[in-house]
Amino acid sequence: MIASDFTTVLPEVLLSLYAMLALVVFVYTGKDRHAVLSIWLTSGVFLLLALVLAMGTPTGTAAFDGMFMDDSFARFCKIVILLSAALILVMGQNYAAKHDMLKFEYPLLVALSVVGMMVMVSAGSLLALYMGLELQSLALYVIAAFRRDSARSTEAGLKYFVLGALSSGLLLYGTSLVYGFAGTVEFSGIMAATSDGDISIGLLLGLVFVIAGMGFKVSAAPFHMWAPDVYEGAPTPVTAFFATAPKMAAMGLFARVVHDAFGGVTADWQQIVAVLSVFSMFLGAVAAIGQKDIKRLMAYSSIAHMGFALMGLTAGTVFGVQAMLIYMAIYISMNIGMFALILSMEKDGRPVSDIASLSMLSKYQPLRALCVVFIMFSMAGVPPMVGFFGKFYVLRAAYEAGLTWLAIAGVVASVIGAYYYIRIVYFMYFGADSEPLDTQTPRRLTLILVVSTALITVGAAFSLFGIEPLAQLAAESIAN
Amino acid sequence: MSNLLSLTTFIPLVAAIILALLARGDGEASQNNVKYLALAATGFTFLASLMLLSGFQPNDTGFQFVEERSWLLGMQYKMGVDGISLLFVLLTTFTMPLVVAASWNVTHRLKEYMIAFLVLESLMIGVFCALDLVLFYMFFEACLIPMFLIIGIWGGKERIYASFKFFLYTFLGSVLMLVAMVAMFADAGTTDMVVLLSHYFGSETLSIAGFHIIGGAQTLMWLAFFASFAVKMPMWPVHTWLPDAHVQAPTAGSVVLAAILLKMGGYGFLRFSLPMFPVASDLLAPLVFWMSAIAIVYTSLVALAQQDMKKLIAYSSVAHMGYVTMGIFAANQQGIDGAIFQMLSHGFISGALFLCVGVIYDRMHTRDIDAYGGLVNRMPSYALIFMFFTMANVGLPGTSGFVGEFLTLMGIFQVNTWVALFATSGVILSAGYALWLYRRVVLGDLIKESLKSITDMAPREKMIFAPLVAMTLILGVYPALILDIIGPSVAALVETYHSNVAAHGIVSSAASTASH
Repeated sequence: MIASDFTTVLPEVLLSLYAMLALVVFVYTGKDRHAVLSIWLTSGVFLLLALVLAMGTPTGTAAFDGMFMDDSFARFCKIVILLSAALILVMGQNYAAKHDMLKFEYPLLVALSVVGMMVMVSAGSLLALYMGLELQSLALYVIAAFRRDSARSTEAGLKYFVLGALSSGLLLYGTSLVYGFAGTVEFSGIMAATSDGDISIGLLLGLVFVIAGMGFKVSAAPFHMWAPDVYEGAPTPVTAFFATAPKMAAMGLFARVVHDAFGGVTADWQQIVAVLSVFSMFLGAVAAIGQKDIKRLMAYSSIAHMGFALMGLTAGTVFGVQAMLIYMAIYISMNIGMFALILSMEKDGRPVSDIASLSMLSKYQPLRALCVVFIMFSMAGVPPMVGFFGKFYVLRAAYEAGLTWLAIAGVVASVIGAYYYIRIVYFMYFGADSEPLDTQTPRRLTLILVVSTALITVGAAFSLFGIEPLAQLAAESIAN
Repeated sequence: MSNLLSLTTFIPLVAAIILALLARGDGEASQNNVKYLALAATGFTFLASLMLLSGFQPNDTGFQFVEERSWLLGMQYKMGVDGISLLFVLLTTFTMPLVVAASWNVTHRLKEYMIAFLVLESLMIGVFCALDLVLFYMFFEACLIPMFLIIGIWGGKERIYASFKFFLYTFLGSVLMLVAMVAMFADAGTTDMVVLLSHYFGSETLSIAGFHIIGGAQTLMWLAFFASFAVKMPMWPVHTWLPDAHVQAPTAGSVVLAAILLKMGGYGFLRFSLPMFPVASDLLAPLVFWMSAIAIVYTSLVALAQQDMKKLIAYSSVAHMGYVTMGIFAANQQGIDGAIFQMLSHGFISGALFLCVGVIYDRMHTRDIDAYGGLVNRMPSYALIFMFFTMANVGLPGTSGFVGEFLTLMGIFQVNTWVALFATSGVILSAGYALWLYRRVVLGDLIKESLKSITDMAPREKMIFAPLVAMTLILGVYPALILDIIGPSVAALVETYHSNVAAHGIVSSAASTASH
């Protein structure tokens, strides 16, 4: 019994063993001299695990008495998390080398947070969920403040920590309420307790607190306040990481809780999630307009995107979860491309992040500027870029669930949001001449930018590279 | 050839990709290569579309040259043309070589310029060929990207304001259409437009939050589509983006905008609103009529007051599009025939007028009417061509402008006499602003010092106008050339429309019971 349980969690176990072992080995051998090795090794391990997860078939078993689920949904999320984390690590290397961030602990902290994320999306009980979440969050607090000598980085770390702790508190309080009223923290138990479609007021209160806690993690409005400051203050490779893998993990977790545990009382959480979705879409769209810093802008953009992903979740159907998963995969690929640009924005060797410094980029770096145009239009949801299809899926999910008002609100918000995306195009193509950015950019970043742009642009012609049936399989495994 | 339609659609795109990958350098030789490649690509596209025309069977009212491949989400890649869409494809392919030729003097970022126009051509052809709802939306929306860049990069002084306004205005219109499309998809279970054309969308009165919506789902969907097409068309009062966009766009951009992009709105009404939501169309036609009548009178008056030549022509475009919307929703053979004819003829005439402005703008770098006067003394052939298109714009019999206006007015007269009366006054007003413009720019004595050395049109410029003059004349004298092709498809459209309205209609059926 125990043996088979451990086989189920083998990827997580291996990854944590790797992280701990590497930590010890590097400390005793060369410390930061091995930082580059540490980056590549960690990325390699991520890729390997992603491959293993992709090749194997999910067992569908619930290990440790239902604490840990291994189903298609978990695998889908884990593969997205692992791949994006691997890419982001490799992307950040040049930046880290230049700005005194080349420390061997950094990739290992990322690895530990990835373990946490993998547990999150596999959680079968509120306790496993909480443990995964804390493991992830603790590692993220540290890397947000990774540049100890930078006031802004430490400020970002502290803000993230304080608000993160608050959200964990909310979550834990909700968990205790749920435990008190349902008598169990296991998802299947909660499901059974609410199977008659009725939910006691105490359980509902618990649900509200749990959702609020998760709302913090996905940075959905009105629980978004930490995101802009943390995105701006954290070192850029860390920001890139924040914008991708943890978002997938948090959305996966969200989907699991509302479907696996509270799938019987859809109507009760639907209204809460719908409100989160609308607030996020509009806040993300409106607040980003005035931003001058591109990292802050990306924070608001991600808030708006989370609103759209939540729209899919709001539907409360298999198709809704499928739409959410596709949306997240598309969102992450767009963000990877965009951060490949932001990571290389430098003037005289110093990183810059004000949007105006992109002025007339098209003149000095036409290829990269063109790529960003495609990414921006994709983020705005203009076809034929894949960003449009993400929106199309969630709109359809919302409409079919009878939430037409939400769909209409969403498209209106997307028009408002389009303004700041095309504003970036404006800076790059129509803007006034200004001091150009350094043209010496790491070849790796350009390559990633071009490849992700190509995928975004032609994705529609290749049926989104077959992600649709995979996401459907994943969605069916939790939302039934 | 079974995939002739895809070929026509994607030749320009392929050429654009070739340009993007292979064209290097800024020398004159490489610039010439770029121009000739763009010209050749648009030329080949035109030839391919001529093959479409020759293989087309006008009496078959179904879709022809149909291609179908499965795609995501139960959608499909489905292309096909019928009598209504075929000529729009031809209008596009006919206009684009002229647009490229008219851009011969562009030097600023020439490669990107040509790529933008080639991509735009592919997308525009795609709009008219798409037979899948989402595919249509993709082409329709994607057109915004190259046009946004064309206005923003190669435009005039206020180009940034104009490009943002253009993008956000049209984007807001079309996302509402997207929601309606999602609703149609959910209702009919398919995005295949051929199926949707025969699908009946519910028109029972709905009650939402205490509001009774007569015509139900159809009305809501109709309004969502209307939001998109009315902005694109553009109809009063959502036309304000057009003068800005026209004035700031480079000449070629204005030509494409006036000749083709505006026609997408009219095409959309014909392809979606009228056949798919007949009850709602019947219900809301008076709204369209009066909006059109106001557009015709109001924008004609506004045109009278303009100081900027492009702005004047832009307002006259809005007025002419008023005839189109009026004709379409008159929903009889003359009205719709006239609307399509008017759209095609307006494509030639307004395109030519913008080119006329471009000719003198290239020389004097101003579009201010007061900066000109007496051009006839130094530019006789320009004066002739400009006069020809001014007359065509006014709707002089013998030019294609007359046929379109006459047919639409005839169509609307049978349905609503008062609207016809107001709309006809627009014909007089158009004579007012067009002839006055011509007098102020071309006639009189040449007294302005700056104009003393202006040169007449070069052979290249004359070559560009030749096909436009020919088309305007031929269609004016022998309109059957177009009417024979569109006739059967339009007749089928009108017939199904009226049988649907008779079966489910709210307004007409009530009226007919009252009269019995």
